[in-house]
Amino acid sequence: MALLQISEPGMSTAPHQHRLAVGIDLGTTNSLVATVRNSIPEVLNDEDGRSLLPSVVRYLPNGHANIGYKALAAQTTDPKNTIVSVKRFMGRGLADIAYAENLPYDFQDTPGMVQLKTVAGVKSPVEVSAQILATLRQRAEDSLGDDLVGAVITVPAYFDDAQRQATKDAAQLAGLNVLRLLSEPTAAAIAYGLDNASEGVYAVYDLGGGTFDISILKLSKGVFEVLSTGGDSALGGDDFDRRLFCWISEHAKLAPLSDEDTAILLVKAREIKELLSTKSETTIDAKLNSGEEIHLRITAEEFAAMTSHLVVKTMSAIKKALRDANVDADDVDGVVMVGGATRMPHVQRAVSEYFHTTPHANIDPDKVVALGAAIQANLLAGNRAAGDDWLLLDVIPLSLGIETMGGLVEKIIPRNSTIPCARAQEFTTFKDGQTALAVHVLQGERELVSDCRSLARFELRGIPPMVAGAARIRITYQVDADGLLSVSARELRSGVEASISVKPAYGLEDDEIARMLQDSYTSADVDMVARALREEQVEAERIVLATQSALDEDGALLDVAERAAVDGLMAQVRQAIADSQSGAVDHQVLKRVIEALADGTEDFASRRMDRSVRTALTGKSLDQVV
Amino acid sequence: MPLYSSIEAQRPLTIMQNHFELFQLPAQFALDLGALDAAYRDVQGKVHPDRFINASSAEKRVAMQWATRANEAYQTLKSPQKRAQYLCELHGVDLQTESNTAMPVSFLMQQMEWREELGDARAGKDTDALDALDRQLRGERKTLLAQVGAQLDAADYVNAAQSVRALMFLDKFGEEVRFAFEAIEA
Repeated sequence: MALLQISEPGMSTAPHQHRLAVGIDLGTTNSLVATVRNSIPEVLNDEDGRSLLPSVVRYLPNGHANIGYKALAAQTTDPKNTIVSVKRFMGRGLADIAYAENLPYDFQDTPGMVQLKTVAGVKSPVEVSAQILATLRQRAEDSLGDDLVGAVITVPAYFDDAQRQATKDAAQLAGLNVLRLLSEPTAAAIAYGLDNASEGVYAVYDLGGGTFDISILKLSKGVFEVLSTGGDSALGGDDFDRRLFCWISEHAKLAPLSDEDTAILLVKAREIKELLSTKSETTIDAKLNSGEEIHLRITAEEFAAMTSHLVVKTMSAIKKALRDANVDADDVDGVVMVGGATRMPHVQRAVSEYFHTTPHANIDPDKVVALGAAIQANLLAGNRAAGDDWLLLDVIPLSLGIETMGGLVEKIIPRNSTIPCARAQEFTTFKDGQTALAVHVLQGERELVSDCRSLARFELRGIPPMVAGAARIRITYQVDADGLLSVSARELRSGVEASISVKPAYGLEDDEIARMLQDSYTSADVDMVARALREEQVEAERIVLATQSALDEDGALLDVAERAAVDGLMAQVRQAIADSQSGAVDHQVLKRVIEALADGTEDFASRRMDRSVRTALTGKSLDQVV
Repeated sequence: MPLYSSIEAQRPLTIMQNHFELFQLPAQFALDLGALDAAYRDVQGKVHPDRFINASSAEKRVAMQWATRANEAYQTLKSPQKRAQYLCELHGVDLQTESNTAMPVSFLMQQMEWREELGDARAGKDTDALDALDRQLRGERKTLLAQVGAQLDAADYVNAAQSVRALMFLDKFGEEVRFAFEAIEA
């Protein structure tokens, strides 16, 4: 076990109370954690000085797991229990996974999201990802010497709602407070943009292990605005490996391979791919468990030719993103390359030729996303220095719609809408006397329900019987700043309501998360109930503090009776915190009084916001306005 | 007397205001896009949820509502066509996009002609023909927008609404042209 580190006196308690926040790049192949220390973003290394954590988890018969390099080493000897590239399974069903038959895992096809049968039991991709995140969290807390306030976790821009939600769940399971989910290309742009203080239109070409993203951003006057985003959530460096793997099998005339030999050859293929980034030709030598030996020569040209269709695929995504952003390739002022797979020379060539410019690559493409996430985390945590401030406006990658008669999808929120956003649309009943309405929420660009991703289904019941077409059902889609959707439905004549946070599509309900939490703590001897209570206490203390500072600033916006009401609610929360410390009340009670305080201060919050906006627009100081 | 009332007396900026008032811009078709951008940035700078990470949950909720509201207002005003539609609606003229699909015959004839051209271009995988169609479409859009602007300036909201409906037809067609581009490229 790593020794706990103790920081030097004075280092952990910065004068302005630096709040520890990190950025985490949860990658398909490797993951990293970074933070901003003394105004400089840096990647945090493990005790052996390595920055990358291979995103690999190996489950052991005793129920424990190895994570990272140790797990990676077992990839070829214990492929079935060694989960690599788990990101490809996040929020995905078995049918969605490309080449599932080539993978050595024992999949269990559960509704919504696939699960993996391992020697340590059935594991959800969320649990596997949580192991990786928890390892990074531990690394950060060890090297920073204190608990984290929160983390910004990056996701591919092209991740849909189910994939984002799965990522957030994994973070929660790992005990991380998610400040924000951030798109990977946007994170990279932050790392570059702030570094170079440049204005203009930028394209971020992000070819990772398992996903491809392209984002078009505009940087101006301290605002990062994502104009459009596109890509392919099932295209990445792994596909180049797989293509090479097939080429080797074909040319070496191999018989069908065992799981172990498949793993050996895939590792070999990756090695050769990386070699060919710096060499014009090389030899492939491998010995398989079956006894077969491989000796082949391959040139970089051959490799480029056999994978050119993959590069072409990225080019058509670029064209689409440019069209969505309403800019031409020549309007793009700079191109940023992200992801290890962009080291391949033929990828760089194709991008240079398309944009007529040499891509930026002066920040390590493996680290740039984590660094950008750390910079954003530092800002969100409230550590920004005066003048060192910016605003990030992101978009949703895919359109959100609803199923209508005939299995068609009606788009409610189009792709590339700036978030947060909301859109309401009215629908009506199809039959006389219809008292319920099935709402089917979908994501995607196609017209048929069967071609889009199903996010959730719910029912609005209790509609008073009316003739067909008389009911007026307003369906509202709200997407928050993390890109996560919630949907509500309301019949306007009767006021009947139903709402849902889009979550259950892949089957992870809150109690399931609770079960996973319990599982992960049985070995560590930590009580789930105690953890829930502690979390709620922290939240209660935070909210009391936040409300108090709002009152100190703008208490004048409340009249005497209103102030008394808020003070009463605050006193209730303070009392509940005290009671919970003596064990007199549980976390449920805390939750209730916190909610009551939130409801009771919403009006106050609105007035504060009104005034703040007013001040911003008139450019006057607060005193002049009041 | 609570201070808030005195603010209210000067017409507060509330979330319910119309889009022009929200950004303190004149409610007319001609718009200073630079001023819109600046006002949008100012408002988002104050209300975006990223500014309220450490705030109470009430403030987080309000921030999301406001940021959502600001985005909606900005997107509406930024697009000339949506801005025109919005101005019609502000003056009580509903576009009746669902029920009213009556268009002048000449317009419909042109639409049919374009549709045929699109079909041919798609079948022949002819991107040059698509480009030409796209250019024509843009030209027609420009003309129509100028017309809408004049109609709105003359407070002729009924005819402006008709022009906006024509623009919507063009948009729909433009989308099909885009799909055709994508189909050929894929």
